[in-house]
Amino acid sequence: MLEAKRLTVAYEGGDAVRDVSFSAEAGEWLMLIGPNGAGKSTLLAALAQCAPYQGTVLLDARDARRWRPRAFARAVGVLAQTHAAGYAFTVEELVSMGRYAHTHGFFRSQDPNGREAVRRALDMAGLWELRLRNMRTLSGGELQRAYLAQALAQEPRVLLLDEPANHLDLVYQKQLFELIGRWMRDGDRCVISVVHDLSLALRYGTRVLLLDRGCLTADGPARDTLASDALRRAYGMDVADWMAQTAERWREVAGGKSHGSGQGSRAC
Amino acid sequence: MRRADRPAGGLPWYGYAALCLLTAATLCLCVSLGSVAVPFGDTAAAIWKAVWGLELPQGMSRTIILNVRLPRVLATALCGASLALCGAAMQGLLRNPLADGSTLGVSAGASLGAVTALLLEISFPGLPFAGTMITAMLFALGSLILILSLSYAADRGMSTQTIILMGVVLSMFVTSIISLLTAFSGDKLRSITFWTMGSLSGAGYTETLVLLGALAVFGGVLLSRADELNAFSLGEDAARHMGVAVRPVKLTVLVCVAALIGVCVSVGGSIGFVGLIVPHAARLFTGANHRRVLPLSLFMGAVFLMLADLLARTVVSPIELPIGVVTSLVGAVAFVVIFFRRRRPC
Repeated sequence: MLEAKRLTVAYEGGDAVRDVSFSAEAGEWLMLIGPNGAGKSTLLAALAQCAPYQGTVLLDARDARRWRPRAFARAVGVLAQTHAAGYAFTVEELVSMGRYAHTHGFFRSQDPNGREAVRRALDMAGLWELRLRNMRTLSGGELQRAYLAQALAQEPRVLLLDEPANHLDLVYQKQLFELIGRWMRDGDRCVISVVHDLSLALRYGTRVLLLDRGCLTADGPARDTLASDALRRAYGMDVADWMAQTAERWREVAGGKSHGSGQGSRAC
Repeated sequence: MRRADRPAGGLPWYGYAALCLLTAATLCLCVSLGSVAVPFGDTAAAIWKAVWGLELPQGMSRTIILNVRLPRVLATALCGASLALCGAAMQGLLRNPLADGSTLGVSAGASLGAVTALLLEISFPGLPFAGTMITAMLFALGSLILILSLSYAADRGMSTQTIILMGVVLSMFVTSIISLLTAFSGDKLRSITFWTMGSLSGAGYTETLVLLGALAVFGGVLLSRADELNAFSLGEDAARHMGVAVRPVKLTVLVCVAALIGVCVSVGGSIGFVGLIVPHAARLFTGANHRRVLPLSLFMGAVFLMLADLLARTVVSPIELPIGVVTSLVGAVAFVVIFFRRRRPC
């Protein structure tokens, strides 16, 4: 579906991404992990054709540079890490913008499936009730879901997500990742996402790719990559051990909760 | 293929009908009022008959309406519509609510062209009436090419920030050259000063036709780019993710804005605040969607400038104020009011 061949992204002062090759097939959710500055977001930007690169990105076995922007957008949707809207659109307007690649005519007014696609995306993201709300009045989680709904309204087959759980609390993280999982399983689709939280990578990723100083140092099923020595080298610590210790503490917390002590909690 | 089934689309037909009526009523009002007042009904009837080629009674009213005031008010309306449309397009493209046509430096470039033509008394063979207009348009185009070349040299990606910076720098540079030329203008000082403050007093049917042609061509292209401007409002990368061909669209919008501003400046001089204030006011009514902001700005710009021109020629009659002074006075106050209204908590 989407393939990177010997991808290198050069920035001033060196390569942010160096000679990276991998492919993503339908039904796969690839998690890009790595420490800060490893080149994860840069790699995603190159895949999205937003950063100049050397090497090749193939979409359906055809060079991505040869795709027209609108045709590429019909196949690949992107959810950025940060958003900087200049003006306050309504949620419905924001999501409708995802239909741009499907519109026709001089005034781009023809899009036979537009209304239905926007309704579906709003429903899926749980935003139907909020569709007339000003986007500036949304919480961080609602806004992130609105941008995701925009990408879903685009009806892509590949979804690129740059730290989608950024700034979201646990509830929103769970909602967002389960929503993306449902969307992926609903057709011949694949997802590539940058994540910092390795628990999310383990829980939702079908494959995990580890980037270390721009190089792809591990690529395989989540359990294999997260147990690899490469992960320890990249982070400079025994990540699996630390996560296991944390999980043990959580088990204790859950056990305490089942005994029903309830001390320290107050009603709001 | 069946027609638009788009959510969150443009203005409804009755919105356009109401705007057309409002614009026509304002036009008739502005034509009827002046140093010699003509009844509103007579004015509307005369314009209606003239439009359909019906017989008109001869007399002073006919001359005042059709030969003196109507071409001027029409040119004013078209100027206002063009400037407001350019402002709305630039604010969307550059994701900057303080942008307007003058942000590019094109307005200053056109002014330099017009001042040069006035000073050197430039005229073109076969088009003696259009010396200032053509020179202003050429200078506007030259400014745009210079800004885009400098932006490209500084930043191959031609980011909006680079373009804004180059536009501001060029504007300041050109404005200082205009001041220098004005200082050495001698007996032409008064006409140059009056022109740089904006005036549509000399506008006739020729200028009106040029403005109409420019608005139909370049304004039509800008109106057709509403979806792209919505996408740009979320940032260039976001626009690219949606499938917008970022650089060609940006160039198309910039060229259309430069051409329209060039024509407007060549006809009416420097008229500030229209491109800044009107799109803000339009957003108060319609929200941020450019499918509604662009057409509403167009109509509101026409109405705003016609009323400003009416004030300019009637408030201290028989003396006529430069229209740029009126738009700046009204615009600055209106801008502050809109700014505080938008910041007021719910």
